[in-house]
Amino acid sequence: MARITLEGLAHSYLPAPRGPEDFALKQLDHVWEDGGAYALLGPSGCGKTTLLNIISGLIRPTRGEIRFDGQDVTDLPPEQRNIAQVFQFPVIYDTMTVYENLAFPLCNRRMAPRAVDARVREIAEMLDLGSELRRKARNLTADAKQKISLGRGLVRADVAAILFDEPLTVIDPHLKWLLRSQLKHLHRRFDFTMIYVTHDQTEALTFADKVVVMYEGEVVQVGTPDELFERPAHTFVGYFIGSPGMNILPAEISGDRARIEGHELPLGAAYGRLPAGARVEIGIRPEFLSLARAGEAAGAAVPATIRAVEDVGRYRIARTRIGEHEVAVVAPEDGEIPSDGACVVFDPQRINVYADGHRVQEGG
Amino acid sequence: MALELIGISKTVGGEAHIVDVSLTLEKGSINVLLGPTLSGKTSLMRLMAGLDRPTEGQVRVGGREVTGEPVQRRNVAMVYQQFINYPTLTVYENIASPLRVAGVDRATLDRRVREAAELLRLSPMLERTPLELSGGQQQRTALARALVKGAELVLLDEPLANLDYKLREELRAELPRIFQESGAIFVYATTEPTEALLLGGRTATLHQGRVTQFGPTPEVYRQPIDLTTARTFSDPPLNVLAVTKQGERATGVGAPLELAAEGSLAGLPDGRYTIGFRPHHLYLAPPGGRAVALTATVAVTEITGSESFVHLDVGSERWVAIAHGIHELAVDAPAQVWIDPARLFVFDGGGRLVAGPRPARQAA
Amino acid sequence: MDKTWNNKGWFFVLPVLALVLFSAAIPLMTVVNYSVQDTFGNNVFFWAGSEWFEELLHSQRFHDALWRQFLFSAIILAIEVPLGIGVALAMPRKGWGVPVCLVTMALPLLIPWNVVGTIWQIFGRVDIGLLGHTLFGLGLDYNYVRDPLDAWITIIVMDVWHWTSLVVLLCYAGLVSIPEAYYQAARIDGASRWAVFRYIQLPKMHRVLLIAILLRFMDSFMIYTEPFVVTGGGPGNSTTFLSIDLVKMAIGQFDLGKAAAMSLVYFLIILLLSWIFYTVMTNAGAERGRATGGEGGR
Repeated sequence: MARITLEGLAHSYLPAPRGPEDFALKQLDHVWEDGGAYALLGPSGCGKTTLLNIISGLIRPTRGEIRFDGQDVTDLPPEQRNIAQVFQFPVIYDTMTVYENLAFPLCNRRMAPRAVDARVREIAEMLDLGSELRRKARNLTADAKQKISLGRGLVRADVAAILFDEPLTVIDPHLKWLLRSQLKHLHRRFDFTMIYVTHDQTEALTFADKVVVMYEGEVVQVGTPDELFERPAHTFVGYFIGSPGMNILPAEISGDRARIEGHELPLGAAYGRLPAGARVEIGIRPEFLSLARAGEAAGAAVPATIRAVEDVGRYRIARTRIGEHEVAVVAPEDGEIPSDGACVVFDPQRINVYADGHRVQEGG
Repeated sequence: MALELIGISKTVGGEAHIVDVSLTLEKGSINVLLGPTLSGKTSLMRLMAGLDRPTEGQVRVGGREVTGEPVQRRNVAMVYQQFINYPTLTVYENIASPLRVAGVDRATLDRRVREAAELLRLSPMLERTPLELSGGQQQRTALARALVKGAELVLLDEPLANLDYKLREELRAELPRIFQESGAIFVYATTEPTEALLLGGRTATLHQGRVTQFGPTPEVYRQPIDLTTARTFSDPPLNVLAVTKQGERATGVGAPLELAAEGSLAGLPDGRYTIGFRPHHLYLAPPGGRAVALTATVAVTEITGSESFVHLDVGSERWVAIAHGIHELAVDAPAQVWIDPARLFVFDGGGRLVAGPRPARQAA
Repeated sequence: MDKTWNNKGWFFVLPVLALVLFSAAIPLMTVVNYSVQDTFGNNVFFWAGSEWFEELLHSQRFHDALWRQFLFSAIILAIEVPLGIGVALAMPRKGWGVPVCLVTMALPLLIPWNVVGTIWQIFGRVDIGLLGHTLFGLGLDYNYVRDPLDAWITIIVMDVWHWTSLVVLLCYAGLVSIPEAYYQAARIDGASRWAVFRYIQLPKMHRVLLIAILLRFMDSFMIYTEPFVVTGGGPGNSTTFLSIDLVKMAIGQFDLGKAAAMSLVYFLIILLLSWIFYTVMTNAGAERGRATGGEGGR
């Protein structure tokens, strides 16, 4: 168990990187608290796997350093860092039984056989593998194999952190939530620092207490699931988290008012001077918009045309257009959607303001 | 040119893959085959395409029997879950390949390739090879190739399953428009109810090789004729409970639920029933009306970004509740949930629907 | 009838069937024909029945050749398989070294067999050969023409030089197909170099190794050209393997019937041994799977 500190970290796969565009991982400072459950979320190519490999020691960063509990481990190979890793595809030792697989890391570290046996049985019980111990590992299903690779990390009581690299890729969809919840229970029980890399928002938000969202080699937000949903720090987070994603509209801001397409909207707070020349936008989630008939709408309403209505069963998505801009509105399962002369009603408290993609703090 | 399946069955090695399926697919229609893995979606598609020959029954195209005719002689196009393209050919040549085989003259070929590319937003990347494209663009290329062929029957076997969810979201929204412009018979296999609803058209729900219901998609969703169909067309799974109705009250068998026999239960004869209700109709806050409260234990919470799926234990039942926004409930803590009698599906001992939230079609 | 019926596939198989018929089935029948008859030339044949077979199976000469053949194959396998695995393990996985190593490895395989024989025949000569002369110069009494042991060593070294590459290339193909994650996991688990070989590399190489052993066995059991060129089967009969013996009999002595019988016996032995090899080795893998699969049924 350890607190992991990343300081001034950056990585490029090129031998002599010049500009920032040559870096797969741009300047990064972050602290992973001891015993935390973290997710590293982002689309493919955002640098999340690079970051994971730097933490595990498979890649040496171009710049910066990594410290485990204050000790610099930047130059240490994986085997000396005391971390465990679960890979995308289950890695098991084919010729060994489940028991031998779980015992392998302990035997390699020359632990006494009696202690090995006790530990292996304890972990197997927790992973529901107790009845499979004598079976050859290669005859098991993908999810059982993935549990074995996790178990090989858990058996080591001294592990600094457990890293997961998209571990549910090959798992049947209906088993995924089962494994996810089991993982969460295990985290509570062991208090290992866990870092979970994924491009799947459900996996990230379900597993983690804190989600680190990455985009184009940069960390754009670190936050709880609630923060990511309510106050996305970057327009990308707004788009990436939630389905459908956040609506983004170009706007002019003055004080506690926003102007979009010639209509004025109240905001939940007043904003100071925004950076000159910046691209200013407001963002609001489709859940915080509603539809009303023009004239009947109270408060922050903007006229819109309804282009299409998608029925998702438990709710409907109205695809509307305000001027040039597409705006999605989540409407309840039943209830009327006005066919023409409709207005989109904004909840002022839920509007976020962005300058060049980054969220602007209220007041300041 | 309608495609008719009449009493189709398919047995492989003594195992029934498809059992007595009769369907009529009209020209220019979108037809969704909805069912879990191994429910027979792919088998049925192979029979429609002529890749396999049914053990029993007839396949007709425009009234003409084609049962034994091999796939080469039918006018069929297929798109698979994997992105299948010619890796060394450009996108243009990939799309053009079926036309080259058909010996279409150069001018027509060029026009049709460009039209298909425009429809699928591939125009800027016609000169690239598939390996230089993203997964979504690769699948668009495969779709364009299927469309350009001008086939009477286009079969799509979970075409979006291998895409990241944001890309899936994008393509899902576009597909109905693309299909409508083509005029062929589309058959689209999926495991996801949401996808079926977004595509619209007609849906056939499959369960263990049988078609349990076939009709307009929203109708199948809102008025399933039996428990199997309702379960198939619900994700997360439908919540169910056996109840005994006696006079004015209904009592839960596996869970401590006491309901006044109103809403869907009103006017039914006394006896044993199974009630079913969708996860978003299991409320975490009182929904108003005549909802009934009961206490459950939280098993795990999954967070998808804009919604939370709360798995709950009630008596011996495992239920799921969907709530909008982020709700992190402590595991193993008690939680108050509400059920609205007006939202219940009621099934008889044989699993047939006897009453539902809206006037249900009488069981035929 | 699972598939929609389609007969066209047979047209693609026909040329192969015709080729096999002309290149294997018809010659084989000719041999069978010869093996049961006797002839003095002029196309005059006498019925001999199983006489040739009985004579052959009781002949000391055949037993000796067969024994030599087994010994040779056993030695070859014992050297080439471990050596091949070792070389494959030592080869680089990426970088410029890969093509260099692969080409170097493939070189011996590209040389025609009689040329290999000739190279080693000259190489080992005491008067002008680099190897022979050097050994002689070092004071070793090396002469493959006179000493049977020297002749054996020369032929074995030659075969190892010629064919180890095949084992190397097959094993290498097996090794590079192991995903990087396995090595990473092993490093994280603190596995030793030996454990990585024993629990990751060897199990993953199992299939290609099976093919390598089978190929090397069949080839070494049928070896002819190289020893014929180097030693001609001598000194005495010390390197007269089955194939060399067969040719001596058929062409040297013109014992067509006996030679034909020997060809058939030789062919059956190879067929039988290959089959035994194959079943034993595939079963070893399958059995492990089955034994544990059964346990899972509890």
